[in-house]
Amino acid sequence: MSEAASANAPKPSSSVKLVLLGEAAVGKSSLVLRFVNNDFQENKEPTIGAAFLTQKCSLPTRTIKFEIWDTAGQERFASLAPMYYRNAQAALVVYDVTKPSSLTKAKHWVAELQRQASPGIVIALVGNKLDLTNDGGDVSEAAGAAQDESESAQNGEEGAGEEDEVQDAVSGDARKVSTREATGYAEEEGLLFFETSAKTGTNVVDVFTAIANAIPESSLKTGRGTGAGTGQTSLGNRSAEDSRVNLGDRNAATAKEGCAC
Amino acid sequence: MNTQQDPETDGQQPVETSKQPYLSSPSIPDHDGRSDSSEGERPPLPPRPNTLSLLSDETGSRTALQAEATTAISRTDIETQSPEAADSAYSTLAVRGLGQGPKARASLSQLASPRGSEAGDSASIRSSIPNGDPGEVEALFMDFASTAPGSQRQGATGLLDFPEFAADDIDDDGILSEFEAVGELNEEGDNEGLLLQRWKAKRKHYVILSAAGKPIWTRHGDGGLISGYVGVIQTIISFYEDANDHLRGFSAGDTRFVVLTRGSLHLVAISRMMESDNQLRLQLEALYMQILSTLTLPSLTHLFSVRPSTDLSRPLQGSETLLSSLADSFTRGSPSTLLSALECLKIRKQHRHAINNALLKTKASSLLYGLLVAGGRLVSVVRPKKHSLHPGDLQLLFNMVFEADGVKAGGGESWIPVCLPGFNSSGYLYMYVSFLDIRDDIENSAEITKDESVAIVLISPDKEAFFEMQAMRDALVEQMERNGSLKEIKTAIDIGRPATTDIVPGTVLHHFLYKSRANVQFTMSSYAPEFSSVTRRRRLMSMYNNLHASIHAKNTHVKVHHCVSRSATSFGWVTPVFELYCIADPNTNRNALAQSASKIAQWVQREEERLFIIGGAVF
Repeated sequence: MSEAASANAPKPSSSVKLVLLGEAAVGKSSLVLRFVNNDFQENKEPTIGAAFLTQKCSLPTRTIKFEIWDTAGQERFASLAPMYYRNAQAALVVYDVTKPSSLTKAKHWVAELQRQASPGIVIALVGNKLDLTNDGGDVSEAAGAAQDESESAQNGEEGAGEEDEVQDAVSGDARKVSTREATGYAEEEGLLFFETSAKTGTNVVDVFTAIANAIPESSLKTGRGTGAGTGQTSLGNRSAEDSRVNLGDRNAATAKEGCAC
Repeated sequence: MNTQQDPETDGQQPVETSKQPYLSSPSIPDHDGRSDSSEGERPPLPPRPNTLSLLSDETGSRTALQAEATTAISRTDIETQSPEAADSAYSTLAVRGLGQGPKARASLSQLASPRGSEAGDSASIRSSIPNGDPGEVEALFMDFASTAPGSQRQGATGLLDFPEFAADDIDDDGILSEFEAVGELNEEGDNEGLLLQRWKAKRKHYVILSAAGKPIWTRHGDGGLISGYVGVIQTIISFYEDANDHLRGFSAGDTRFVVLTRGSLHLVAISRMMESDNQLRLQLEALYMQILSTLTLPSLTHLFSVRPSTDLSRPLQGSETLLSSLADSFTRGSPSTLLSALECLKIRKQHRHAINNALLKTKASSLLYGLLVAGGRLVSVVRPKKHSLHPGDLQLLFNMVFEADGVKAGGGESWIPVCLPGFNSSGYLYMYVSFLDIRDDIENSAEITKDESVAIVLISPDKEAFFEMQAMRDALVEQMERNGSLKEIKTAIDIGRPATTDIVPGTVLHHFLYKSRANVQFTMSSYAPEFSSVTRRRRLMSMYNNLHASIHAKNTHVKVHHCVSRSATSFGWVTPVFELYCIADPNTNRNALAQSASKIAQWVQREEERLFIIGGAVF
């Protein structure tokens, strides 16, 4: 954050606060890892809490510096999510194309964002783990699901190795969420839509570039006005219902948040 | 349940009745109630007796403790050597070293004290190291010297060349397979037999279940695979509970089962690795702390009070890897857990001072604790005056930051809600973690091992304080870069732990653990080169486990414990100030052993302010 000094760069630069949301083990961290480090790890361990990363994205007319909040997908962290999407200019809602329940969860997140996040937020719906489907090899955006071609080599597990993936081993296609269904939903809600593979890198940078392009100029202005402080201000707002450990009185501390109950 | 008192009371009699140093009088039964027969004449030992009997309460005897005769146990006999000197030294120690809690200048020693003992300050400790006078040591170990080492069996094999305990009779592959996944049931379910076979082959199991009998977490396999066994465990536990009794542990063959009940949770450790009940219980305690750290106590209690049949594995989702990495560190052997203490990075006092100052100077207003950690070894700590850090909490933090990959692999900075049960089990704190790249060559950064990674951990009670902590980190790194502290840390990491021969040239000791009781910190010699492999390290830890169990057995007040076995000599020495455990070759001269041990103690005393964090940065 300290060097928002990229101001002397030839192109105007602005920071964009982006948050990743979605069910556990859909590959949020893997997408970020691919975008930031162009790297991929099999069997990545689940994120704990949230990770904060930055990456620059160069557009023809300006440079966007993404400040990325990669949140943990587990239910018990859900109550912390508002802290991360509050004042975010962009959100990446991720689901797993091999797991229908993860799309349902994604829809919940989209609804929550539309209700609670800043009105101008750019939301991208991302179906990850494209490499597990028969479309995995195609770089372009996947069309309908081609069920019967067998590319059996692509059965490697990704993310935290979840249960459903292995099942369709016979056909070589683990896809459970059709592109048509997800596109339809995305169009209805006015979301950007991509199917990606963090493992092969398919479409990953495209998602972030598309988001960068979709951020309205006006919100970038304000983003620049406060400089790198965009994130700061949003996280700096201390909410009253904050339940935290009271240093003065060790017994008085309450613990409501952050758990699933 | 624990009937290990029996042998101790037996053993006490000769000591109390006779003021003779029975170390040198073979006719008097030793600590194990066994006759100290001349070693030279010993026939080759029969196959090891069921070693687990040492853990089993039924035997009531610890004769099977060592593979070979225990040659010497010393307790009160020290008094006979120099009643005035030794005894008074120790008693003053006890008073001065441990009794000055209240007026102690705030010190890291308060890090610990799980039992609430406000341990003393540095000054008192420094001024009261025993055996500052070497002559005193001579006196203390005189009886050792009088024993001729020549009687040792010749042709003994090298140090720990073969497994001391049957449980350690595995090669590296065997140990590594211990950590491999059992695998998952395939669709047809026809591989269950194979999976169960693999599951049973594990030497160590941890199972956590709810009082209602629901499996919550297991180190190996999954709830479905082992549900039958969980049912059996639950039946056994509730059988005792129905009788208003609490089952704490039992043995089956060479396997020890230890049960810890906390609220609505039963934690069970199943071990074929020669660990004592106390050690296993500590491990279970740590796993329970991890669960609290994830959920907090009130929400855990709430979940079960609302619905006793709650499936806790769901709220715990995602923290399984933390439990597993904790469990595996126990299985691999963790000096930190064994000693309930933490290790610090050895750096010069002035350098530590500079880091402390940097921490204080850059301290953010909502900071509670700030830690600088190099590969699980604490470099410096900043904390408020009235709040200490609990070693159990630190163990959880270090496990999360260094052992489990969830934080490190992210590559960025992390912001993690965490409950530190030792500090306050009822609420969350927020932890900022950032890894420092202190390597010169970035290319090798992928190969930075756990021992080399340096993390800044900043803990705040304010969940919105991420950017405040981030700013503090930036300022801190800048400070430390400017005053050269980062370079010093890097140098200290590169130097690593000293070998025993670096400390005492030509020493017979191959490895030692030294715990400073007041500081609740420990230091040890390097594992390399002798104990680098997983297997040898595991064997070493088994020796220490055993030594530690003997010394800390209930109702004993052992001061010195010397044990010779076919593959190693182990030596433990406990004073109110420190605990020293060392390992040497099987045919080591006792005199040399004792001298080396006291030299190590003197070295630690000399280097105390480099080895341990005394005080730390307090605001």
